[in-house]
This record gives sequence, structure tokens and C-alpha cells, in this order.
Amino acid sequence: EIGCRVQFTEYIQKNVALYQFRNGIPLTTAAAANFTRGELATALRKNPYQVNVLMAGYDKEIGPSLYYIDYIATLHKVDRGAFGYGSYFCLAMMDRHYHSGMTVEEAIDLVDKCILEIRSRLVVAPPNFVIKIVDKDGAREYAWRESVKPDATA
Amino acid sequence: MSIFEYNGSALVAMVGKNCFAIASDRRLGVQLQTIATDFQRISKVHDRLFIGLSGLATDAQTLHQRLMFRHKLYQLREERDMKPETFASLVSALLYEKRFGPYFCQPVIAGLSDDDKPFICTTDSIGAKELAKDFVVAGTAGDSLYGACEAMFKPDMEPEELFETLSQALLASVDRDCLSGWGGHIYIVTPTEVKECTLKGRMD
Repeated sequence: EIGCRVQFTEYIQKNVALYQFRNGIPLTTAAAANFTRGELATALRKNPYQVNVLMAGYDKEIGPSLYYIDYIATLHKVDRGAFGYGSYFCLAMMDRHYHSGMTVEEAIDLVDKCILEIRSRLVVAPPNFVIKIVDKDGAREYAWRESVKPDATA
Repeated sequence: MSIFEYNGSALVAMVGKNCFAIASDRRLGVQLQTIATDFQRISKVHDRLFIGLSGLATDAQTLHQRLMFRHKLYQLREERDMKPETFASLVSALLYEKRFGPYFCQPVIAGLSDDDKPFICTTDSIGAKELAKDFVVAGTAGDSLYGACEAMFKPDMEPEELFETLSQALLASVDRDCLSGWGGHIYIVTPTEVKECTLKGRMD
């Protein structure tokens, strides 16, 4: 849900930053994912967050990792993940085309295939997509895939 | 749909001659969708005690963390490992604490107690213990597992035969349940060693 999403993810972001300030070293991806799961699990039986999370990170010794965290705080480390109605199509595409050790170009190609599937198969497909990459040089916006350009006057 | 059937699971533990085996499936699903095929349901408490948690995955993970915490604290205070019977009582107590807002989990506890006697036990989601001499089952495939185990079980099996029997019982049962499967994990524990194997079954 939109309200929860912004509030919860900012909360996680700020706590991850706080850890780095307090301890001088950044949280590993696994630790951040477990922290996120803990927050979701604690809130689950009081005032649940309706937020699904895919957490991707790069650690120097471990390399890249991806964590799937459900809104009911199910945590699992995965190679590929997706949420929402489009996930049915994306997971199928990824099951077919993914292999470990893909290059960035191959991965972007796979992402584009997934976006194509969502656009053609999903009735409620969103018009625009952003692709972000996380690697040893950090997290950055890589590209947009837009079918509707934002209004210049808006 | 029942909350116990949200993620899908199959767990079984069986007693042999001075050994036990505990096995689970590997699927993590969200209702009809499969998220992962390498989900670990069974964890080691100590060398002679294993616990498997079926049911809702988030509660299984929370309960697992709480149990590991309690056991580590026990190890620090008592300077020894917990006996399986004691651990089963701990699990039961933790579950009953949440009697009116329970963890949606069904644990299966398997361990070697004094004199290397195998001990298996399961509880329901509010901590009612069921001690059995032969086998215990849990999860969405539980009913099928009861049938398969009842048919294939023999008392006093050696580890190799126990492994074969349990693997076949698990694979046969999960094939009849759409919410569990995608292979299996099995641990065979004797007083001297712990063997862990991954089973290849129907991947559907």
C-alpha cells in the first residue's frame, strides 16, 4: 500500500544509515534484510505493514544478494524474485532465461523481456518502468522504460 | 483458504534402531505461486536434536529465532545441551503462551535422548504434544504422510533402510499435495554422525 510503503521503507533506510553512523561500518545485505523482516514481524500482530520488499545489496566479500520479504515477514534469499500481478509473468520469463553468472547486458535484456511481457499480458500494466542496478560501485538508476512521457507542465 | 495452507509444507520424522531421520519438502509458496524451491524447514538445535517447523513460514522463522535464543541461553547457563524431552516441553510452552493469538506452525522435534534412544514428537499450533514411538508428520501433506508412513514403517530399521523408507514415504506423499514438494531434505542422525541429503523428486 502506498502510505505504508513510503513510511516503512524510509524507516528502514534511516535505521540502516544510523547503524553506519553508530558503528562505523555498513550493515551487510543479510543483516539489513533480517532487520527489515524483524520490523515487519513485530508489527504483524499489532498494526501490519502492507509492504512487500525485494532487497538487493552488494557486499565486498559475498558479492551481490537478493532477499524476498513478504508483507507477512517471510524472508528468503533468492536469485530472482517478483511481486504483484506481473510476478506471474516475470517469474516465468526468469525461470526460462535466467542462469547464474549473467552479465549486466544479459540481465538488462531479461528485464526488458519481463517488461514486454507485463505490457502485453497485464490488463492493468503500468506505463513506465525504472531499472536500477546495485553493484560494487553502489546503487544507481540505470534506465527508464517509458511509454507515457511525464507531462511537461505537471 | 486456511492460514496453515498459505505457504505449503511437508514434514516427517521417523524412528529407527538407535537412530532417527527427519525430512521435509523444499517448496516455499504463496498460495498457488511457488517462490522458491530451496527453502529450509529443518534446523539443527544441537548435534543430537533437530526441529522442523511447518505451517506459516513467517511464524516458523519467528519461532525458530525464539527457540534458538532460548536454547543458546540454556547452553550458557547449564553448560550443556538441552535434552529432546526438555526441548519439546519448551516448544510446547512457547506455543501455549500465544494461546489466544497463536503461531500458525506445527513443529516436529526429533532427537537422541539419554542412552542414544531416539525421541520424536510433534505438537499442534497451541502446544499439545504428541509423542510417538514410530513416526510423526506435519504440514499440508500430513494426511498423505500418515498413510505412506503407516504402510512403509517397520520397527528397528538401520540408518540406510530408514533413509530409503523415509525418502520414499515423503516423495510419495508430496506428489499428492500441490502445495508441497519440489524435492526433499533429509537428515539421518545416529549417535556418531549426522548425514544430510537432498532428494530429487517431481519438480512440480
